[in-house]
Amino acid sequence: MKHPGMINKVYNVSDEIFNWSQDNFKRAADIIKKYPDSRQQSAVIPLLDLAQRQNSGWLSKTAIEKVAETLSMSYIRVLEVATFYSMFNLEPVGENFVQICRTTPCWLRGSDKLVEVAKEVSNTKLGEISDDKKFTIVEVECLGACCNAPMVQINDDYYEDLDEVSFKKLLTNLKQSKETIKGSQIGRQTSHPQREKNA
Amino acid sequence: MPTITIDDKKVEFENGMTVMQACELAGAEIPRFCYHEKLSIAGNCRMCLVEMEKGPPKPVASCAMPAGDGMVIKTDSEMVKKARKGVMEFLLINHPLDCPICDQGGECDLQDQALHYGFDKSRYEENKRAVKNKHMGPLVSTIMTRCIHCTRCVRFSTEVAGVDDLGLLGRGENAEITTYLEKTIDSELSGNVIDLCPVGALTSKPYSFKSRPWELTKTETFDVFDGVGSSIRVDTRGKQVLRVLPRINEDTNEEWISDKTRFAIDGLSRQRLDKVYIKEGDKLKASDWNSALNKIKDEINKRGKDKTISLSGKFTDAETIIASKLFSQGLGSDLFDCRFDNAQIIHGENESYKFNSSIQEVEKADAILLVGSNPRWEASVLNARIRKAFIDNNCKVGLIGPSLDLNYSYDKISESLDELNNILDKKSKFSEVLFNAKNPLIIVGTSAINTNEGSSVLKICAEIAKKLPNFSESLNPLNILNQDISRVGSLELGFVNKIFDEDLEKKLKEEIALNKPVVFLLGLDEIHPRSLEGSFVVYCGHHGDVNAQHANIILPTPAYTEKSSTFMNIEGRTIQTSRCHNPLGDAKEEWKIFRVLSDLLNCNIEFNNLNDVRKKLINENNNFLAILEINNSSTLSFSSKEQIKNQNLSYNINNFYMNDSISRSSETMANCTNEILNKAKAS
Repeated sequence: MKHPGMINKVYNVSDEIFNWSQDNFKRAADIIKKYPDSRQQSAVIPLLDLAQRQNSGWLSKTAIEKVAETLSMSYIRVLEVATFYSMFNLEPVGENFVQICRTTPCWLRGSDKLVEVAKEVSNTKLGEISDDKKFTIVEVECLGACCNAPMVQINDDYYEDLDEVSFKKLLTNLKQSKETIKGSQIGRQTSHPQREKNA
Repeated sequence: MPTITIDDKKVEFENGMTVMQACELAGAEIPRFCYHEKLSIAGNCRMCLVEMEKGPPKPVASCAMPAGDGMVIKTDSEMVKKARKGVMEFLLINHPLDCPICDQGGECDLQDQALHYGFDKSRYEENKRAVKNKHMGPLVSTIMTRCIHCTRCVRFSTEVAGVDDLGLLGRGENAEITTYLEKTIDSELSGNVIDLCPVGALTSKPYSFKSRPWELTKTETFDVFDGVGSSIRVDTRGKQVLRVLPRINEDTNEEWISDKTRFAIDGLSRQRLDKVYIKEGDKLKASDWNSALNKIKDEINKRGKDKTISLSGKFTDAETIIASKLFSQGLGSDLFDCRFDNAQIIHGENESYKFNSSIQEVEKADAILLVGSNPRWEASVLNARIRKAFIDNNCKVGLIGPSLDLNYSYDKISESLDELNNILDKKSKFSEVLFNAKNPLIIVGTSAINTNEGSSVLKICAEIAKKLPNFSESLNPLNILNQDISRVGSLELGFVNKIFDEDLEKKLKEEIALNKPVVFLLGLDEIHPRSLEGSFVVYCGHHGDVNAQHANIILPTPAYTEKSSTFMNIEGRTIQTSRCHNPLGDAKEEWKIFRVLSDLLNCNIEFNNLNDVRKKLINENNNFLAILEINNSSTLSFSSKEQIKNQNLSYNINNFYMNDSISRSSETMANCTNEILNKAKAS
């Protein structure tokens, strides 16, 4: 199972240099302030997250080193954290990072079909970035929204109660950079019981 | 004291002990992989599980559980046995079955413990995991599939070696030990991770596939590559030294040795002088002992007995020194010295060249003033103690000298030695730190005292030391860090001559120009051959290094693994090395050479065997009597308030890895120089 968040390597692109944007530099300073003196290294996870958001969804070598330098940590200590958590991607990902849940409830409700749809629409293999740089599709374990299975997470948002048709429409919209409806695709309020249409 | 019951046996323990330590007090052996006395507790291998009564209904990891009063622990119950068997089965799931080709085979913790706790067959049918090997430099070779993720190496490099190079990437089944982008471990203690690794994941690169542990002859002896005199075990096969391992000695090296101690040994079988050579014309020709010694006799008679000069080197042992001294005195000459680096001493004051406070005291220090010393290179295991003090006591380190790459943070006070005046006058920024500390120490390197102002530096440092709060009859905070194992012993035996005080090479040239004498070099390669032009050079040594090539006669002598000899380490602790194997070729001990020469030249020196020589040693200085003990005084009577002139200093070691005749002949050390030092310089 290929997943850009579950590799132990640094993707080494030499010509790419990461520097904090002005906004993020201030944000980083605010985050660091939250921790007591001489415990600034505790800010490593929020700072890695900040760097990943700035760097279009993944952490490059220079981004990791920048975080380390910001916190006066050694590179290997930051890399340990970045490789430990699967939510830190260490390889470039598409504009839409699609995580399809394949744990039992979603699987019973047809997550396999969603994977096929995703492969078809993005025209790419699992774990790889699509040619148009729009998608990276990965399979993941339970994302904790089983009652609305099957579901996927795309970047920061959950899309629930999917089927082949609605998922295809969703991905096509994303491909064309159109607006999408977040959350349940059948109009369900959070995880309320699903009403039969005829009742 | 609180008590704990272990396997129905009550023992008292000290507060702060873990259950594992208490179990050891009770004599119950607990298997472990990740736990190590000198490292922080990780608790991740789970091999040390024990059963605790009235505790949680599951086994507890004894290494991480603090012992409590009234605890009842069982270390051999059914539950414990089953739990350990389970842990072992999990560890072996992904461990390859390559013991027959593994360098750790025969001395492997996992192998030993699998014998006790392992199942005889595997229940695992899935594929085993395979991990790519990592590059870690010229010394440590990796077979990462064997790794069981105990993280001892990571903790060692972070805590003791002080280089944040190693780390554990990923997690669970994907966890891997590596350095950042597979860079070389940039530490002079890196070889210790090989000993720490409980399996064969990190092994010695130079030793790989060389031998099996049961084929080796193991000799307990001492190291000679720096002034500390670390306790080591030398493993030999025939006349070849295959590896060096540390022995535990809390007084000096704890459990570590430097990479030079461990890996320079391949230099012992290269460039060796194994025959007697006599120079004929421009060429050295192989000869025999008789003609060489007769030639020396003739030359000494011709050039003047009482003009003969003897100079000792880095590895010269006390037996050689005393034999040479008695021989010279028999000839009527007192032109001998051991201070080839020009390090100054105060004559008659042994506190002016010893590490007076003892090495153990370093870890109690809370302020250290380094004067012209790079402890990381001059005494690596001592440096580990300074780092320990830095971590445990938040020790403040101040440095007088050019910037260094030390593995703890330090204040660079000044590049120039005249800052010592300010420190004494409490005008320096470091004065406050130093004088207000509880256990301050001063460490003076030879780089600070090898000028003609050296004795003033010593005096003013003594003056500062005398004013320190911890200066007392039992503790002397002034420490001189000599770089060579031979130095303190030679000085204790009075192998010095005041005429060489200021500038040894200059004075040597003058003497040679005047008298053209015979010069005995006792393994000395640190002075320039040009200084010896005009003299008749007899080189007694074991390596064909710089000065052997320019000698008129070469007499082969055994290297430090080939004879039993006495040294004094920097603290003045007498150590006696053991002979690990027979000398190569025609090599003879130096004292035998001087014994024969004394017969030829009719200067009566009265010893006939090694015991006699050692008796002479003790006669000369009874500090040699007490083996492994130190007998240091604390008076600092030579202290005085000197005015030091503005003087910049430079360190006298340029290359840690190749700093003496043995390591200069070592291929491994050459690789280290290329891969570690030159890379660091380039970047």
